[in-house]
Amino acid sequence: MKRKTQRAKPGFESFEETAELVFALSAWVSIISVILITVYILAAGLPPILKIGVFQFILGTQWKPTAEIPQFGILPMILASLLGMAGAMAAGVPIGLFTAILLSELAPKGIAGFLRTCMELLAGIPSVVYGFFGLTVIVPFIRTRLGSPSGNSLLAMIAILSAMVLPTIASISETSLRAVPKEYREGALALGASRMETIFKVVVPAAKPGIAASVVLGMGRAVGETMAVIMVCGNIPRIPRSLMDAVSPMTAAIAKDLSYAGPFHRSALFGIGTVLFLFIVALNLVLNAVVRRSAEGRHDIG
Amino acid sequence: MNRKRRAKDLVLTIIVWLFSLTGAAFLIWIMFTVISRGLAGISLDFIIGDYNLYKGRTGIFPMIAGTLIIIFCTMAIAVPVGICAAIYLTEYAKQGVLVRAIRFATESLSGIPSIIYGLFGYIFFKNALGLGFSVLSGALTLSIMVLPLVIRTTEEALKSVDPGYREVSLALGASRLYTIFRVVLPCAVPGILTAVILSMGRVIGETAAVIFTAGAVPRVPRPGRVLKSSVRTLSVHLYLAALEEADFTSAFATAAILMVIIAVLNFTAKRIAKRLRGERLEGR
Repeated sequence: MKRKTQRAKPGFESFEETAELVFALSAWVSIISVILITVYILAAGLPPILKIGVFQFILGTQWKPTAEIPQFGILPMILASLLGMAGAMAAGVPIGLFTAILLSELAPKGIAGFLRTCMELLAGIPSVVYGFFGLTVIVPFIRTRLGSPSGNSLLAMIAILSAMVLPTIASISETSLRAVPKEYREGALALGASRMETIFKVVVPAAKPGIAASVVLGMGRAVGETMAVIMVCGNIPRIPRSLMDAVSPMTAAIAKDLSYAGPFHRSALFGIGTVLFLFIVALNLVLNAVVRRSAEGRHDIG
Repeated sequence: MNRKRRAKDLVLTIIVWLFSLTGAAFLIWIMFTVISRGLAGISLDFIIGDYNLYKGRTGIFPMIAGTLIIIFCTMAIAVPVGICAAIYLTEYAKQGVLVRAIRFATESLSGIPSIIYGLFGYIFFKNALGLGFSVLSGALTLSIMVLPLVIRTTEEALKSVDPGYREVSLALGASRLYTIFRVVLPCAVPGILTAVILSMGRVIGETAAVIFTAGAVPRVPRPGRVLKSSVRTLSVHLYLAALEEADFTSAFATAAILMVIIAVLNFTAKRIAKRLRGERLEGR
């Protein structure tokens, strides 16, 4: 039905076909872009990694690109990225999930609308503004109140990242909570469960795949965040021993050094970019698996 | 319910409310801090003045111009391509491998962090294609970055157009292309507008992908060579003013301006979406 072409005036036929070709080519742009990005990032990043040695690069603990005998070990950066992500999840997931619960199950319309606007604005604030806020408010707070020497620390990074992943987790979890059939709630309430028991033992478990997807998306945002983090982390590539230590996650290391790095130093930064890229690809694969499983789960219920 | 269960319910309710309000509290805190401390630095001279550190001039007019140029060029690339791709996906494509591949590609693009876009733009557009630090490098990089947003939002808008319209138009003898441009697209205009506004917001807020492609030169480009010049956007300026120049007055003022722009764009997009919903309800 949809495919059937209209046999209008013959002259228009080729025009219609040209237009379809233009539309198809535009659709191909995203595929081509993904291929180009993958090829160019890997082509720029893999050679330096191989030259340094995969294990020396990933497991090396010394990052001294400008020393007389330069050393390129990025383990401290990988750890900083992972710890920052884990910390942001530890704070962002409960807050985001509870916000989602409030929005879909509990809040009256007016308050839900207000909170949703807040989440949209949090999602819209540019990351560099988050970073600047962290630099001028959170870092001094940590320095004066919590006794970290400079205030630039893993803790400051986690605080900023938690706020940044919050809207992602809240909005996607809310969507999946809302998709839980009304009958589940009615059934649980009819069986004598209280409101909270219904929410936490019936609705949330039923929405688990969607919530898991929101967490994975949040992880991607946290690991990939650059400008917010670069302004509060201290940019010292050392393995952190406490929350108060300055760190340098992969993203910040790339952005901080790229503009002044010498040729091989720059290639090493592309190498960090490659590691980050591969990590994001892995997260995307996990996300796809989670989403696919949730689609199958829906099917079972139906 | 016995007392213990009731108490547990109450405690959980309180916890849910408290946790949820922290997000709102944080937003109010950050907005209030940035805007109240930023207002002090905003003056007419700040907004229309030029920028020259040696002469002690810290106006942001070049950055406003740079931001507008980058937005315009990015939109000029991403919006047509995104709309055409969305038309292909909703009006032409059959479900199959190609559509799945396109979807996978757009989803992957939206998951890539901005620093990777910055690196890619730096390696590919700036170095490999020899475009240098320029508006063109920046706009091309940003177009790829906002493409998923444009495609997805436009697709939703196109899908929500009543299929009856298409059938009636085709039945009246209109060609497929005519139907798309005269019937389907006009109905989808508000949705497409939302897509444009949302991607403008992303472009304005972007730093990592811009600084390594469009550079950071704080000058209004000469009219003849806009595409080839490096510009500095407001976000990039905020970063440099705060970290390299330690000029917190300018940085706060820039941050406040950014915040207000983002809030206004957000509000506008919401208004359009709301009107759209209202119209659709009326239509039924």
